[in-house]
Amino acid sequence: MSSVAHEHTSLAVETGFDVERIRNDFPILKRLIRGKPLVYLDNAATSQKPQVVIDALVEYYQTENSNIHRGVHFLSELATQAYEDVRVKAQRFINASQSREIVFVRGATEAINLVASSFGRANVKEGDEVLISGMEHHSNIVPWQLLCDQRGAHLRVIPITDAGEIRLEEYERLLTDRTKIVALAHVSNALGTVNPIRQMIQMAHRKGIPVLVDGAQGIPHFRVDVRDLNCDFYAFSSHKMFGPTGVGILYGKQEMLEAMPPYQGGGDMIRSVSFERTTFHDIPYRFEAGTPNIADGIAFGATLDYLNKLDWQAVSGHEHALLEHATEAVSTIRELRIIGTAKEKAGVVSFVMDEVHPHDIGTILDQEGIAIRTGHHCAQPVMNRFGIPATARASFAFYNTHEEVDRLVWGIQKVVEVFK
Amino acid sequence: MSDLRSLYQEIILDHNKNPRNFKKLTDATKTVEGFNPLCGDHYMLYLKVEEGVIKDIAFQGSGCAISKASASIMTTILKEKTKAEAERLFETFHKLVTGELAGEVNFEELGKLAAFAGVSEFPVRVKCASLPWHAMRSALDEKAETVSTE
Repeated sequence: MSSVAHEHTSLAVETGFDVERIRNDFPILKRLIRGKPLVYLDNAATSQKPQVVIDALVEYYQTENSNIHRGVHFLSELATQAYEDVRVKAQRFINASQSREIVFVRGATEAINLVASSFGRANVKEGDEVLISGMEHHSNIVPWQLLCDQRGAHLRVIPITDAGEIRLEEYERLLTDRTKIVALAHVSNALGTVNPIRQMIQMAHRKGIPVLVDGAQGIPHFRVDVRDLNCDFYAFSSHKMFGPTGVGILYGKQEMLEAMPPYQGGGDMIRSVSFERTTFHDIPYRFEAGTPNIADGIAFGATLDYLNKLDWQAVSGHEHALLEHATEAVSTIRELRIIGTAKEKAGVVSFVMDEVHPHDIGTILDQEGIAIRTGHHCAQPVMNRFGIPATARASFAFYNTHEEVDRLVWGIQKVVEVFK
Repeated sequence: MSDLRSLYQEIILDHNKNPRNFKKLTDATKTVEGFNPLCGDHYMLYLKVEEGVIKDIAFQGSGCAISKASASIMTTILKEKTKAEAERLFETFHKLVTGELAGEVNFEELGKLAAFAGVSEFPVRVKCASLPWHAMRSALDEKAETVSTE
């Protein structure tokens, strides 16, 4: 095993990625768990935050705290400017053409609910269909189910293969004149599959069907260009990409957002209100009722600045090496089976073991300071597809090391020992 | 490792591997489902109760080692117990796994249940150990058909 680790370490050096320098940016990675160094491999659940993001949060509350979009006083203008600057940063980060295509939300879940509720109300009618894939997170299933129930529409599901890849020929067949929207994960949280969404978007557009991409698990791993993808919506969460919790972005093409009715009503989303009639604000504000999460939004801006400074080619080289190393090393454990063996994968190794339930794996690894996720990963249909109740999942970020992969493998061997 | 061994005691590993009374009772008078949706522990518990006495008890299903061993050991000690005795054992077990018995653990009285004393050091696993017991209690109370400890 050490030779495998060695080989990958030198690969990382060749790509010029200094993981130790990166780790210094993340204070939590220095802490001990039960006297042992933390091995944080639950990044698909949430990622850790660099010091600059934590500082931005504190600084906002210490020096800028004020409500935005309404005050004429100094601090309100300062906070408004800082918050709106983040909208522009987010626009540039995903290469959207205008900042009004960026809607602030609480996270990817709210972004999808917004589209299901607003676009859905305006466009999905009785007998229509919404198309999703068989590997979606509950957050890209349930909002559409609620919509379909309300409208008398049908939810259709693209089947996946035993490797955890979308069956494209089935997808083509399921795109019909009844399909009003396609909603797809960029990367599967439970399996790690990277879906060929660019091609899938083209296929849907050929039939005039818009596509929403759930990017929560995609954007932490590689740079996303929404214009190149040509998606109609792209939803993502700050907290999975090294930013604070409680903030996310819905990207929507201008013409899509313009045609959508408001989502929630309240302050900030209106132009004028009387008891007889309310006129609504332009996009994106029409979708942003109430005082937003200003502090976390501004700290998310610091996150984007941090991510912009990284060499993303080196990041993906390092992550790819970690994934290969982990896949190879755990494959040598006879009692273990990897769930999700797609050709294109990002940062996730999901597995089950003979005779050992994932929760027991999780508890034993936790005793060694190794944090992984066990359970159904909010993707119960995926578990059903593979005929298992749950998996153990190690998920990686760019600050993880080959030594940590080795410790994971060592921990799994300990599980085998306890249950022998 | 010592902490781990306090949770995964030999008797627990044994009952996990070879669960006792692991079958369907065809003449059950009460059947209850115990299900923790978040972790996927899922059992059917079968009881045959006659004149307030548990004449037979068995279970089927799947889940982690702690929940399965807990169900298995529970079935071995509840046979021929009255409802009141079962209720008392439930209370004792509950206090044991939540750490409320600290200092006053009577290992002799607890018998095989004492193996679960280590669970109290693993708060997230308490619900695993207690799921079968909650299902049993609900069966005796003629309560809901499905029980969860999440």
